[in-house]
Amino acid sequence: MSLTLEQVRRIADLARLEMPDAEAEATRVKLNGIFSLIEQMQAVDTSGVEPMSHPQELSQRLREDRVSESDRRDDYQRIAPQTESGLYLVPKVIE
Amino acid sequence: MSRNDWEVVIGLEVHAQLTTASKIFSGASTAFGAEPNRQACAVDLALPGVLPVLNRGAVERAIRFGLAIDAKIAPRSVFARKNYFYPDLPKGYQISQFELPVVSGGSITIRVGEGDKAYEKSVQLTRAHLEEDAGKSLHEDFHGMSGIDLNRAGTPLLEIVSEPDMRSSAEAVAYARSLHALVRWIEICDGNMQEGSFRCDANVSVRKPGAPLGTRREIKNLNSFRFLQQAIEYEIQWQIDTLEDGGRIQQATVLFDPESGETRVMRTKEDAHDYRYFPDPDLLPVEISPNWIARVRTEMPELPQSMKRRFIENFGLSAYDATTLTASREIANFYQATVDAAGSELAKPCANWVMGELAGRANKADIDLNAVPITPAQLAGLVRRIGDNTISNNIARKVFEAMWNGEGGDGANAADRIIDAQGLRQVTDSGAIESLIDQVLAANQKSVEEFRAGKEKAFNALVGQAMKASRGQANPTQVNEILKRKLSE
Amino acid sequence: MINASLTELRAALDARKISSVELAQLFLQRIERLNPTINAFITVDPALALANAREADARIARGEAGPLTGIPLAHKDLFCTEGMLTTCGSKMLANFVSPYDAHVVSQLKAAGAVLLGKTNMDEFAMGSSNENSHFGPVANPWDLTRVPGGSSGGSAAAVAARMVPIATGTDTGGSIRQPAAMCGITGIKPTYGAVSRYGMVAYASSLDQGGAFGRSAEDCALLLNGMVGLDEKDSTSFPGPSADESGLPVPSKDLGDLCRDLNKPLTGLRIGLPAEFFGPGMADDVRASIEAALEIYRSLGAQTVEVSLPNAQLAIPAYYVIAPAEASSNLSRFDGVRYGHRAAAYGDLDDMYRKSRAEGFGAEVKRRILVGTYVLSHGYYDAYYLQAQKLRRLIAEDFQRAFTACDVIAGPVSPTTAWGIGEKTADPVQMYLSDIYTIAVNLAGLPGLSHPCGFGNGTLPVGLQLIGDYFSEARLLNTAHRFQQVTDWHVRHPSMAA
Repeated sequence: MSLTLEQVRRIADLARLEMPDAEAEATRVKLNGIFSLIEQMQAVDTSGVEPMSHPQELSQRLREDRVSESDRRDDYQRIAPQTESGLYLVPKVIE
Repeated sequence: MSRNDWEVVIGLEVHAQLTTASKIFSGASTAFGAEPNRQACAVDLALPGVLPVLNRGAVERAIRFGLAIDAKIAPRSVFARKNYFYPDLPKGYQISQFELPVVSGGSITIRVGEGDKAYEKSVQLTRAHLEEDAGKSLHEDFHGMSGIDLNRAGTPLLEIVSEPDMRSSAEAVAYARSLHALVRWIEICDGNMQEGSFRCDANVSVRKPGAPLGTRREIKNLNSFRFLQQAIEYEIQWQIDTLEDGGRIQQATVLFDPESGETRVMRTKEDAHDYRYFPDPDLLPVEISPNWIARVRTEMPELPQSMKRRFIENFGLSAYDATTLTASREIANFYQATVDAAGSELAKPCANWVMGELAGRANKADIDLNAVPITPAQLAGLVRRIGDNTISNNIARKVFEAMWNGEGGDGANAADRIIDAQGLRQVTDSGAIESLIDQVLAANQKSVEEFRAGKEKAFNALVGQAMKASRGQANPTQVNEILKRKLSE
Repeated sequence: MINASLTELRAALDARKISSVELAQLFLQRIERLNPTINAFITVDPALALANAREADARIARGEAGPLTGIPLAHKDLFCTEGMLTTCGSKMLANFVSPYDAHVVSQLKAAGAVLLGKTNMDEFAMGSSNENSHFGPVANPWDLTRVPGGSSGGSAAAVAARMVPIATGTDTGGSIRQPAAMCGITGIKPTYGAVSRYGMVAYASSLDQGGAFGRSAEDCALLLNGMVGLDEKDSTSFPGPSADESGLPVPSKDLGDLCRDLNKPLTGLRIGLPAEFFGPGMADDVRASIEAALEIYRSLGAQTVEVSLPNAQLAIPAYYVIAPAEASSNLSRFDGVRYGHRAAAYGDLDDMYRKSRAEGFGAEVKRRILVGTYVLSHGYYDAYYLQAQKLRRLIAEDFQRAFTACDVIAGPVSPTTAWGIGEKTADPVQMYLSDIYTIAVNLAGLPGLSHPCGFGNGTLPVGLQLIGDYFSEARLLNTAHRFQQVTDWHVRHPSMAA
């Protein structure tokens, strides 16, 4: 398998990472190196094997429905790049 | 060609906010209306390092829903991440369910139309899954920027997906209304559409009868039944016009603009997201034991379908009345309590009074049935007095109005106290009625002659006069009988 | 004092031979002197450290000291610390002051440990050499031209250079064991779920596990005792309740006092040697040290048996699908909206995202995000992500089979001793391959420990890896401790640390 420049750009776009043309080719080469390592997986026949998504094959612990958090907006917004009137500001959202 | 040449296919996806006190994955409050971001805790804000822990109350509400629609409740269901970037989605992914939802299958019976044209239909559900709500982007202008409020982020949602079983906007609205009533009935959602607690997305397509399904367009975020109806109507006509003009429908997500009454494209399939779903490694599979389901089952209220069936079979109500009386849990409970107090032999008059005078008066006063100033016991006391001929229906309306205004005091005897205080007791003493009628006949010789000359109408005039003379309190049946006898003498 | 064990420090503090403040000052001075060369710390907060030390002294005076009260400590810089920078070695979080403490941070604070500062690391824990840090590489105290290993390179180098007696770390694919080995100290990654991940900035959630660095197994046991335990805020932490309210039995496991078995004799212990770990990939100097260490274990009464982990070589490809997939999603929250780096100039919303993320993340982090995004994307999920998860099961099953024939598994930690700074940075794949012996343990969620067992080519430390079955931390620590009772590799220190 070998990624094309087009694919590299598409996944960079999905991941919201700016990818200048100058970087795209170098990135492509490195990613293809990584994928040649990953491709070793394909040699193994795993039919009938149940995927293991987690090392603990347990069930989810549940929390009681209680309000346990209080307002800490000022603490949380002190670290924000831009806020106003208690809102986080971002470039205009167009729906 | 006309609209009748096309078959409309509609499926609905409803997002119902669940009535938990805290969020689905954090301990922040879900109360509506707080100042921006004051109910967004570290987990809701997706601060680095925070983790989700699932709210038992949210799962239990999903179980209630599954039981209410007779669906399959998954013994093991899995939360997955749905990845996309949006400022109201702090983690860059929404925790939702994908391959293994908590509820699958089930159905809801809807009643469409009114009067003779009304019909019933069963709508199949595909699935219902738990997920978290997003925050809100406020589109007022902050120097060319948007403001983000994450109070709503993490509010538990049950996304309820129907099969494409609906064939008209009327069916879609009937389904949405039934579902709305049901989630409120089982107390998993407050149903407040203005606050966004119950939001509908409609998938609409059209086809020639018998043809394969047409390409659908999804109308997002319809937050009233009226908009749902208008949006679907517009969309159907737009799709038919487009196809009849030789155009093609492109799969798309559209928004409804209530101002213009039109839908417009938000995104097409080409720029659809690649959500990269995968099981959330921060959450383990949710196991729901048969014991848990059994416990929830014992705590379930009687469901509208079962109540409706019982009202028809045990109380002899019509399907229409039984449907009306089970449209909400409030009216159903009020009715049931009234019959319990009045006795089931009076179930029909109880139905008439609850659906008629009571619902009408509450509607006029713009209050919920929960808040009416009359109790089921009081109403039952009134209906009993009609049943035992103490008062007529007409007088009963007077008593009802007095009771509504707080007269008569509490309890089942309120009606009696009003009747006695105002001297409204029906006259059934035949001697008294006879002398009353004698006076009426003497005073209305002209009508008597007309009747004897064959004018049937004159009889009604005489009845009216007799009732008037008794200030409405004479038993109308007795008045009729005695008058007939006297005139034929 | 700088070479004293925790037990000795405890005794000295309790006997008032030294105060906690004096101890903190001693190590702060060493940090001041050595950090410009080693770059093990990103943040040092002397004022806070001394304030905490004074509190610890008061507590000791009241007779309320626990095992860690007054002991200086450093946290890997991905444990959130309220009021102190938590950078994850990234430009993205270069100015991030967490508004809350990680669970582990709260636990150790409550135990009275004295936090000196936050240690350098590969950005977001992605790396095996600590060269992927926005704050510059860390030098190996044994040879300043070499890497300390990674990703917890700062913690390992700090302990090795006696800048702090103990430190926390995290291990997603070997990030505690490998730097411990390369820096000649002891490190343990417990069973997945033993240490709460709440407040530990996530790299790959199903693999990340917090753990301990110390100079000996005993010191690691004392620190780990203060870190493990149920945290209601982490759904995957254990022990859980014995049965949940819905009536389902939930496996519960309390690790107990991890020091309880330290001195148990090793007589009859079956040490499994996976054939796959002793193949040609291992450097000769590493092999010689490992073989010599196994001989010592045999002299202590243990027996070695051959076991097989036939799918172990698939661990690297499977890991480089699963970890980047989870990372690509975990790192989506860094979008420049609520905290972290936001580009100075941008156009629309998407441009703000793209520029902020491209500027905030380093090259290796971006590569892993791209790999993860690709393997999860439509049409590739089954071939990559699902296949990797199936291999994960095969790998985990291999271990379970092996543990029917042995009590612990032993082998190398890293195929070589520490390599030169810059030697492998050009080729990410070469770097990835260096984790061949550690990664399978994370995929299975098992506990693993690395202890020093010699020096390759005379000067650079070699570590021996012990792998146990789930919840067998006490046994791993016991095994290493008995070894350390009869060897002195763990008390040797780099000359600069004198």
